[in-house]
Amino acid sequence: MSEPISEADLQAYADGHLPEERRKAVDAWLASRPEESERIAAYRRLASEVRAAYNTMLSEPVPSRLTRVASAGLRWRRVAVVAGWIVLGILIGAPAGWYSRPERLVTQVVPADPSMIARRAAVAHATYSPEVRHPVEVGAEDEQHLVTWLSKRLGVKVRAPKLDDAGMSLVGGRLLPGENGPVALFMYQSQNGRRLTLYVRTEVPRNRETAFRYARENNVGVFYWIDREVGYALASADLTKDELLRLANLVYKQLESS
Amino acid sequence: MDEAKRLVELIPRLRRYARALVGERASADDLVQDTLERAWTKLHLYRRGTDLRAWLFTVMHNVHVNRVRATRPVDPLEDEMPELAQRGTQADGLLVRDLDRAIARLPADQRSVLLLVTLEEMSYEEVARTLGIPIGTVMSRLSRAREKLRAMMLGQTPPSTKLKLVK
Repeated sequence: MSEPISEADLQAYADGHLPEERRKAVDAWLASRPEESERIAAYRRLASEVRAAYNTMLSEPVPSRLTRVASAGLRWRRVAVVAGWIVLGILIGAPAGWYSRPERLVTQVVPADPSMIARRAAVAHATYSPEVRHPVEVGAEDEQHLVTWLSKRLGVKVRAPKLDDAGMSLVGGRLLPGENGPVALFMYQSQNGRRLTLYVRTEVPRNRETAFRYARENNVGVFYWIDREVGYALASADLTKDELLRLANLVYKQLESS
Repeated sequence: MDEAKRLVELIPRLRRYARALVGERASADDLVQDTLERAWTKLHLYRRGTDLRAWLFTVMHNVHVNRVRATRPVDPLEDEMPELAQRGTQADGLLVRDLDRAIARLPADQRSVLLLVTLEEMSYEEVARTLGIPIGTVMSRLSRAREKLRAMMLGQTPPSTKLKLVK
């Protein structure tokens, strides 16, 4: 008689990983145990359901942002072969740096954020960006008035960055309530209707970090940072992380130089 | 064969695993992208002749663990967050949504074991190597994950659902 049937045997049986002889032993063991037999059958059914559910991913076209990363890798490898090891050391720095720099800038370590700015910004985005008739309180045609009004309410000078070169034009803005006072929300839109919101609020003086951080709240991606006494969060449900990062860089540069 | 090309060929499988692991498309692709970026910068650490797939899934596992740790999402926003207007991306059917929900409720370490075994059809040794855990741990996590999943998909409460503090 062989060894007793273990739970590990049953798992391996369900996965078809058992050698022939052991499989037969499990067959015999299960034959007299209908409950166990049903349990293992259920595992097998679940496994094939899980495969069926996610296997569609295998035949889907790979999004271009992923193939871009991949082809960048291929490119530097080709260069590397030609250039040899010494030059390689220098070259790797360039393309690898190009792709990894945003990641470094976007600090991966996001400690518990007491200010919750990313969440608030995501909620605001989710609330107002689907609006067709009333996305903003004051439209871009009154930009000067909008900016003066919001600056006055927030108590700091705010302005709406110009993102037209990046394909995003200002729709307008509105005033929102925040935990520590009024918040300004600017909305932008691309020609094909993709929307972006910039959430601006004053910060308590102890938060003075300026590193970009990324968060995802449901379907809304948010880059946020704090610049001196003002916290910013750029949110969109329509843009990829890369696109959003590029815009966040633009916004940051414009506001910094103001 | 050139690892770089092999790596590109493995992207659809990374996406499949990531999709099941994080339960949502856009975040899954973010995870794949971070994984690829990391893999490119670490490719010199890969030892030729060893299992590239296992290596790549190890990279993904580490990236995922770091991301989860980094964005430790307090609690889900669902109750507070208005539903985003759906923009016709309902590619995922009912079964997928049920599975997503059930898989999301598995403890993270059991989830990866279950998915590597089920989707990647890895041997238990490969799973152990990929996740850097002993094979006995693979077996016990697999067993627990399956039992929970079965209970959930039957609409029952899994045997031991005690609320647990996550560090």
